[in-house]
Amino acid sequence: MSHTTTPDATDNHNGHKDHEDHDSHHGPHVVPFSMLFTIFAILIVLTFATVGATYVQLGDFNLALALAIAVVKAALVCLYFMHLRWDSPFNGLVLVASFAFVALFIGFALMDSKAYTPEVDAAAVEMIQSDAEAAGQ
Amino acid sequence: MSTTTPPITPPSSPHSPSSSGGGGGEVNYINATKGIKSWMFTVDHKRIGLMYMVGVMSAYGLGGLFAILLRSELWNPEPSFIGGAEAGTTEAMNNAWDFYNQAFTLHGAVMVFLFIIPAIPAILGNMVLPIMLGAKDVAFPRLNLLSFYFWVLGGLFFVWVLSKGIINSFYPGMIEIWGPGGLETGWTFYTPYSTTTQNSAVVAATFGAFILGFSSILTGLNFIATVHMLRPKGMGWFQLPLFLWALYATAIIQILATPVLAITLLLLIAEKTLGVGIFNPALGGDAVLYQHFFWFYSHPAVYIMILPALGIISEVVSVHSRKSIFGYKFIAISSLAIAFLGFLVWGHHMFTSGQSALTNAVFSLITFFVAVPSAIKTFNWIATMYKGDIRITTPFIYILFTIGLFTIGGLTGLFLGCLSTDIHFHDTYFVVAHFHYVMMGSTLFAFLAGVYHWFPKMFGKMYNVFWSNLGGIIAFIGFQLAFFIQFIAGSQGMPRRYASYPEHFEFYHQVSTVGAYTMGAGMIIVLLTWIVALRTGKKAPANPWGGNTLEWHTTSPPPTANFHAEPTAEEPYDYSGWKYVSPEEGWVQRTPEEREAARQQLGTGH
Amino acid sequence: MTQVTDSHTDDHTGHAGHDDHEHHGPPHLAHHFETPEQQLSSAKLGMWVFLATEILMFGGLFCAYSVWRGNHPEVFAYAHTALNKDFGFINTIFLITSSFTMAWAVRTAQLGRTKATFILMGLTLLGGCGFLVVKTFEYKAKWDHHLFVGDLNEHHPDYVAPAEAAHGEADGDHGAVDEHATIEQTAADHGAADHGTSDASVEVAGETTGETAGEIVGGAERTSIALAPDGPAGVVADWMVAPVIAGETADAGHADDHAADGTDEHGAHGEAAADAGHADAHGGGHGDGHSVSKEIVPLKDRQKIHQFFQIYFLMTGLHTFHVLVGMGVIAWLMFCKVPKGIFGPGYYTPIDLVGLYWHLVDLIWIFLFPLLYLIH
Repeated sequence: MSHTTTPDATDNHNGHKDHEDHDSHHGPHVVPFSMLFTIFAILIVLTFATVGATYVQLGDFNLALALAIAVVKAALVCLYFMHLRWDSPFNGLVLVASFAFVALFIGFALMDSKAYTPEVDAAAVEMIQSDAEAAGQ
Repeated sequence: MSTTTPPITPPSSPHSPSSSGGGGGEVNYINATKGIKSWMFTVDHKRIGLMYMVGVMSAYGLGGLFAILLRSELWNPEPSFIGGAEAGTTEAMNNAWDFYNQAFTLHGAVMVFLFIIPAIPAILGNMVLPIMLGAKDVAFPRLNLLSFYFWVLGGLFFVWVLSKGIINSFYPGMIEIWGPGGLETGWTFYTPYSTTTQNSAVVAATFGAFILGFSSILTGLNFIATVHMLRPKGMGWFQLPLFLWALYATAIIQILATPVLAITLLLLIAEKTLGVGIFNPALGGDAVLYQHFFWFYSHPAVYIMILPALGIISEVVSVHSRKSIFGYKFIAISSLAIAFLGFLVWGHHMFTSGQSALTNAVFSLITFFVAVPSAIKTFNWIATMYKGDIRITTPFIYILFTIGLFTIGGLTGLFLGCLSTDIHFHDTYFVVAHFHYVMMGSTLFAFLAGVYHWFPKMFGKMYNVFWSNLGGIIAFIGFQLAFFIQFIAGSQGMPRRYASYPEHFEFYHQVSTVGAYTMGAGMIIVLLTWIVALRTGKKAPANPWGGNTLEWHTTSPPPTANFHAEPTAEEPYDYSGWKYVSPEEGWVQRTPEEREAARQQLGTGH
Repeated sequence: MTQVTDSHTDDHTGHAGHDDHEHHGPPHLAHHFETPEQQLSSAKLGMWVFLATEILMFGGLFCAYSVWRGNHPEVFAYAHTALNKDFGFINTIFLITSSFTMAWAVRTAQLGRTKATFILMGLTLLGGCGFLVVKTFEYKAKWDHHLFVGDLNEHHPDYVAPAEAAHGEADGDHGAVDEHATIEQTAADHGAADHGTSDASVEVAGETTGETAGEIVGGAERTSIALAPDGPAGVVADWMVAPVIAGETADAGHADDHAADGTDEHGAHGEAAADAGHADAHGGGHGDGHSVSKEIVPLKDRQKIHQFFQIYFLMTGLHTFHVLVGMGVIAWLMFCKVPKGIFGPGYYTPIDLVGLYWHLVDLIWIFLFPLLYLIH
């Protein structure tokens, strides 16, 4: 059998070049401890930042800020802890695509529910009130 | 359509004694090891495919049985088949209606979850995908086996639900002992009905579907990894056979959509068991949200059903027209385009469900875009046949049926995608007819075409051409009888999912029921041809059709490791390398000189 | 990491093993793969695709979350105060730390340092245990305060309040929960202060007749008005404050409750919490007034309060299940595979894959924490 190691696998090796920890092109990519620890420290700091951010009143921007910090943390975990920075780009594409499809799903569902919920709620309030009145009498 | 040289098809000799089974001592994947354990614990993709075939075809039989039952129920305007209109009591009528509801639900659920979704990827995909890649197996053989057992487990849940329903209807006292059985929610499990009905085993059925989802995911995961990692040297993405493009696009949908079904069903189970009320309006929940959840999976799932079928069409049309596929890249990319667009149109199931006007418009618009890649494929198939050296083989006949049915199903879809007409057609027999044309007409006939195309490769046996063709033709006629008239009934306002109907629809329903019986007869003939071929079929040549994808480069049936010698990847649709010898030997490879001469003669410097 | 083997030597032997695989592949190479690298890449691709399915699966819950929060922001802003922010924070730290030790374990596995791998995976497991312990306390507290999943939540329309007999029992519970009082108290402070249980809103809430509110939210059993007369701002209907779980150590509200109607045990929590919250709100931290509508939870949303808890339990429940699965696999690898010393530069696939899975679990929590505990 003459399998080739496909573009995906080859890209794996290209990733090695810009990295100093390992001198070989065939071994595993080993993330240096210092790098792991730095990422860990940043993650902890960002966790404090998330909590801290709730004490600042930014209105709707609070949610955006919390999510932005979460995305940064997630990106760090993916890139370094999960080795995505040195991994096949396709694996990254899989990750990004899954997030994109979640966003698509949420986007449409939210767009739709935003439009019909006020009507439904108004009807519900009416029902509740008429029930309450009926019960009151 | 020139049918000059070389002669057509392997001959049909129905009663000629066959060469004995087992392939004359040659070691292949079927006879390599013996005993039940060697099958149950096999990790060979071909054996797993065969096990899937047995299971999925049984499920098909079960679903078909329900179809026959409910069409029988619809023979008369009043329910009469079971329950008994003769009594005319309310109780008898309720029984009959309840039976009908359970019959159509289980017909839908079994057909969708147990048959159509796994049919082509799990049977034919498992069988030929690694061979087409020149690989020894799929990337994760053990996960592949696990996928089969998930399928079995999920299937058992359905059988459990089913048997309970049947036994309960005969011995109502059993309900108190083991709870309700059967399923009467429709295969879509719409809330709030599914969360409030006390009359059916929703939890068991949804859990079964949940497990089947894992089976589907594992198959998709395997196919993606296999296509990525196990392509042979020289096979770039655009040398991939089109069936593999279709399976790859399908796998993407399986990966991205099925988990949403899983969480939907989990939520439904939570609603039933814990009283969570996210979807239940009585608890302040949102019933339309359930439909978003459900169709985010289930619309792409329609493409899980149809895309592999389209892939089979591409293979069969090209091979049996002896002509390189027209517009290879367009067909390949259109598979991905359909997969992608499939995710953007789920709202067209909800036009009348209280979805907002803006969302309706957006989904309607995107729905029309699906027509583009579908039409690209159809035109390219026609163009492939044009001036081809067409052989009217059994697979080719089935493929012609498929293309016809797919066209009708696709075009009627436009009526349903259009907002204004959909209001009228929604939940009528028009919809029933439409999706049977697409899901069943196209997918089933393409699946049968695929089985007939690869049957020689899978089993090393040839089937009886006459009876195979006859079974297909009868099934096709039955299908048209059963469903075409439903377009008319639907446009006149016959709603779906009712056991009784106004008298003036009686004619339509009776024609439809006759069609269903006819189709059933055709399918029985088809299944019999397979069984007879397995027992007494003539030995198949390695390459009975002259195909050039890699599975035709190995013996029929292949050895356990698929190839005796390492195959080299070629252009999958270049047929100049093969010449026809005889029915027994099929097509054999030309020497390079002969090949050059053939090319000169054809005038296509392919 | 007491024993540090010479990683360079190990590396090189590993490479040698790699390079001469021509015909007699390494022991872990399956027959249908050509090279160990191809096998590893395939396994990783497969794992990433699996992780994509996990993301989509959680995506469904995030969708439910978004739809509910998007349409009923006040409900979420209000109901989430029942969650203990500190517990959430501690759990985030647990998971991030265990993620770090896991990534480190992958590194040591790649270098073939078996003992270090064993220890680091053990630490990862400990992190998971810590997470589960905290989660248990959280769930227990919700259970105790009738804020559990489904109709065990007192805001659920089908909720059936425990019988009279449960009263003494519940009182006994108060003692038991005392040790958490400080933590929970702070949570309540934050929650109530941040989310504007401030006078303006309270007054408006007072306008709604308690009767109606009680019926809407609590169903038939909750017809009582359950006022908190000594609250600084006057009248608070019970549906507004009941989820704030912190205050049952405060006694004033309790007494009042008994005075008021004597049967509604849950009102007690509510008022007590209200006291704590109000005191705090007045003592400092309020005045932001952002996004606090005139009514904290408008009439249309009142029957939706339980939805927050359903989503909370479904999301964290599914997540906790994933933590459990991850811990199971880590424990299996750690005790059954790692000690055999089979992992090194040439073969570390299982460690790498379970690492990816564990990081994904962490990743999901990274989103869950701010979305559930830190709603603003």
